[in-house]
Amino acid sequence: MLTIPRWKAVLILAVALMGILYSLPNMAGPELRTWLHANVPSWMPGKTVNLGLDLRGGAHLLYEVDVDGVFRERGDLMVQDLRTELREAKIGYSSIGSAAKGARVTLRDEGDAEAVRKILRKLDPNLDIQTNGATIEASMNEVSLKSVYDQTISQSIEIVRRRIDELGTTEPLIARQGENRLLIQAPGANAEQLKAIIGTTAKLGFHLVPEAADAGGGTRSLPFAEEPARRLAVARRPMITGDMLETAQPSFDQNGRSVISFRLNNTGARRFCDVTRQNVQKPFAIVLDNEVLSAPVIQEPICGGQGQISGGFTVKTANDLALLLRAGALPAPMKVIEERTVGPTLGSDSVKSGRKACLVGLLFVIAMACLVYGLFGVFASIGIIINMLLILAVMSMLQATLTLPGIAGIVLTMGLAIDGNVLIFERIKEELRAGRSILSAIDTGYTRARTTITDSNLTALIAALILFSFGTGPIKGFAVTMCIGVATSYFCALSFTRLIVLTWLKLKRPKAIPV
Amino acid sequence: MIIKLLELIPPNTKIDFFGHRFYAMLASIIILGGSTLMLTTKGLNFGIDFVGGTIIEIKTETAPDLPHLREVLKELHLGDISIQEFGAADNLMIRMPQQEVQPGAAEADVQRGAIEKVQAALNKEFDNKVDYRRTEFVGPQVGKELKRAGIFAVLIAMGGIMAYIWFRFNWQYGVGAMLALLHDVVGILGLFSLTQMHFDLSTLAAILLVAGYSINETVIIFDRVRETLRKYKKMPMTEIINFSINSTLPRTLMTSGSTLLALLALYMFGGEVIRSFVSALFFGILIGTHSSYFVSTPSLYYLKLRPDPEKPGTAVAEEPA
Repeated sequence: MLTIPRWKAVLILAVALMGILYSLPNMAGPELRTWLHANVPSWMPGKTVNLGLDLRGGAHLLYEVDVDGVFRERGDLMVQDLRTELREAKIGYSSIGSAAKGARVTLRDEGDAEAVRKILRKLDPNLDIQTNGATIEASMNEVSLKSVYDQTISQSIEIVRRRIDELGTTEPLIARQGENRLLIQAPGANAEQLKAIIGTTAKLGFHLVPEAADAGGGTRSLPFAEEPARRLAVARRPMITGDMLETAQPSFDQNGRSVISFRLNNTGARRFCDVTRQNVQKPFAIVLDNEVLSAPVIQEPICGGQGQISGGFTVKTANDLALLLRAGALPAPMKVIEERTVGPTLGSDSVKSGRKACLVGLLFVIAMACLVYGLFGVFASIGIIINMLLILAVMSMLQATLTLPGIAGIVLTMGLAIDGNVLIFERIKEELRAGRSILSAIDTGYTRARTTITDSNLTALIAALILFSFGTGPIKGFAVTMCIGVATSYFCALSFTRLIVLTWLKLKRPKAIPV
Repeated sequence: MIIKLLELIPPNTKIDFFGHRFYAMLASIIILGGSTLMLTTKGLNFGIDFVGGTIIEIKTETAPDLPHLREVLKELHLGDISIQEFGAADNLMIRMPQQEVQPGAAEADVQRGAIEKVQAALNKEFDNKVDYRRTEFVGPQVGKELKRAGIFAVLIAMGGIMAYIWFRFNWQYGVGAMLALLHDVVGILGLFSLTQMHFDLSTLAAILLVAGYSINETVIIFDRVRETLRKYKKMPMTEIINFSINSTLPRTLMTSGSTLLALLALYMFGGEVIRSFVSALFFGILIGTHSSYFVSTPSLYYLKLRPDPEKPGTAVAEEPA
């Protein structure tokens, strides 16, 4: 088929034109880009390629959420509740303690087992209860374990998002990964700052400090933040928790020291008022992440719901802590298990060198094509340039992420793009040598080469698609450009360059092509 | 002038590729044997992606005194810290092994602490004028998972490629392609073992790229084999192989040549970060071309794609359309 129907020719040119138009914003300077992003409707050319963290600079952090800690805490709470209930019901026990994801109690009298089971049911209907003689073990069942898991993770995501928003970082990606992991990708962020605000659980509690005589199983000995050697036994159960804070701001006390001023919500304020009224002249402890910040003595009932926390802060630590308290505590501690941060200088260096490598590679390939194939080489080169622009355009439109391995993928796509043309041209040469007429040689060249190109491009596409769905990190980044590149180079070799060749044929009507 | 300016090789070459296959096989055996030997004795030098650890890339204002810096970091007692120049004299790459965690200490704190100690030492050494260009920390658990996921991706991709060729051509082609792929992968692994270059996630990407490139090459020759088989019903397999390789020779030279040129540009200007990735590709394209010529295509002969004509009564293999 040596003629291309007009509608097809128009379509091919339209695609090429779109490629040029939609890739153009990428050549714009940063100011024009911002303007384009803000003012151009999303379907019009205005979007630019989304640079990956390795090119833009930023932090990629993978955290593991310590959900087991939540289970331990729940177990502790269950033990306390059970102890209170047992005391009220006057049921004797010889030992009580937390067990795996629950509580275990050994009764003095086996006959009380039924009553204890009822109490446990009342505390939490979703418990698996096992009785072994006088020992009763209660643990959370599958359903509640799963819901605790999901809740903990989704809460963590929410809190982390609030904290990062407070920092003013743009477009952070925060997502759950697998069972108990959290992926945070923040372009342009200062990794150290990010880690500092995410790494702190910021669990705040006001605990009463019971008199020594009262110190039974209901207290915990915690170190002071400023002198870890000194410890204080505080009530396990806090009277006020961090989630009762309405706001928290850094400020200074009358002595000019950095403190945090807070205001409690209604529930908190009422509770604080009641408890402080009952405990005047007794100390209470302000505890943050299992460390005592300070232990002031209650001078008088505090009923306004406002107060200050002191604890030897600097202006900066007061600032950070106030931010964390405003955003809320993480439901469980998190630890970094993977970190990749790229500074802004390396990112922009990589963009520069990637751009240069692409251009030089393109020049090399074009020079070689023109040297070997003459005029047809020029046709192929126009196709390759359009191909590069199309890749840029598609990546901008889909907002796919371009990474450094992705740039390598683009450079290699040039190899693939030239391959299509080479296959066709070599085939045409072969057919010409075999004595076919020009028209028939070009026609056969394209038909024969088409199957080969289809086969080779499809194998490449299969590999790239599989890599995209199963790969991680650099593998994925490179699979993206590979997929797009395979598609665009197929178009360029078999439609766009063919259109040029056939148009030339029609206009020039060459009598002979020497081979 | 129109379609031909320079001739890379003369047209209608008649090189007896199949006849010389034993030399090529010898080369393959040396490559494969050597690779296996290297892999079993020296093994791969896994980067932090797969075994965990920390790398820090820094840029300083003036070229630092490396031996002195090594002493300084050695005194931190954080295991075997390596410092290398990375592309330029004022650009350093510091690699730290996974820190040993004493029982009772929190894993994350220990690793973070180590990074902070190194940073503090560097800040002191360079008077706070250090540009931390890149910090990567991978925990041991994540490393194991990345390794597993990477191997999984490679296997699935290869399986997918083989299945496609099987479906599009014939089982003999599928097996031939698979043999070539194995050849290439083992060869690259051998290169990494020999040079002890860091083997990380991007290396895995390079291997897959090479696999794709090599299979592309193989498919193009296979395509020609299939076409020639249909055209010349009586031609013996050895001649079909020679003819197919010879007629795709100009294309191979041109495509490999321009791809290698593009890679050269990437090697020269792409920056230090992807340099080892590019060298893997470079070597891979060479070995991939070798395997298409001397592994996948000759194996069609041994797999009896077209039965030997000497045996009377055997029918000519029918090709699926």
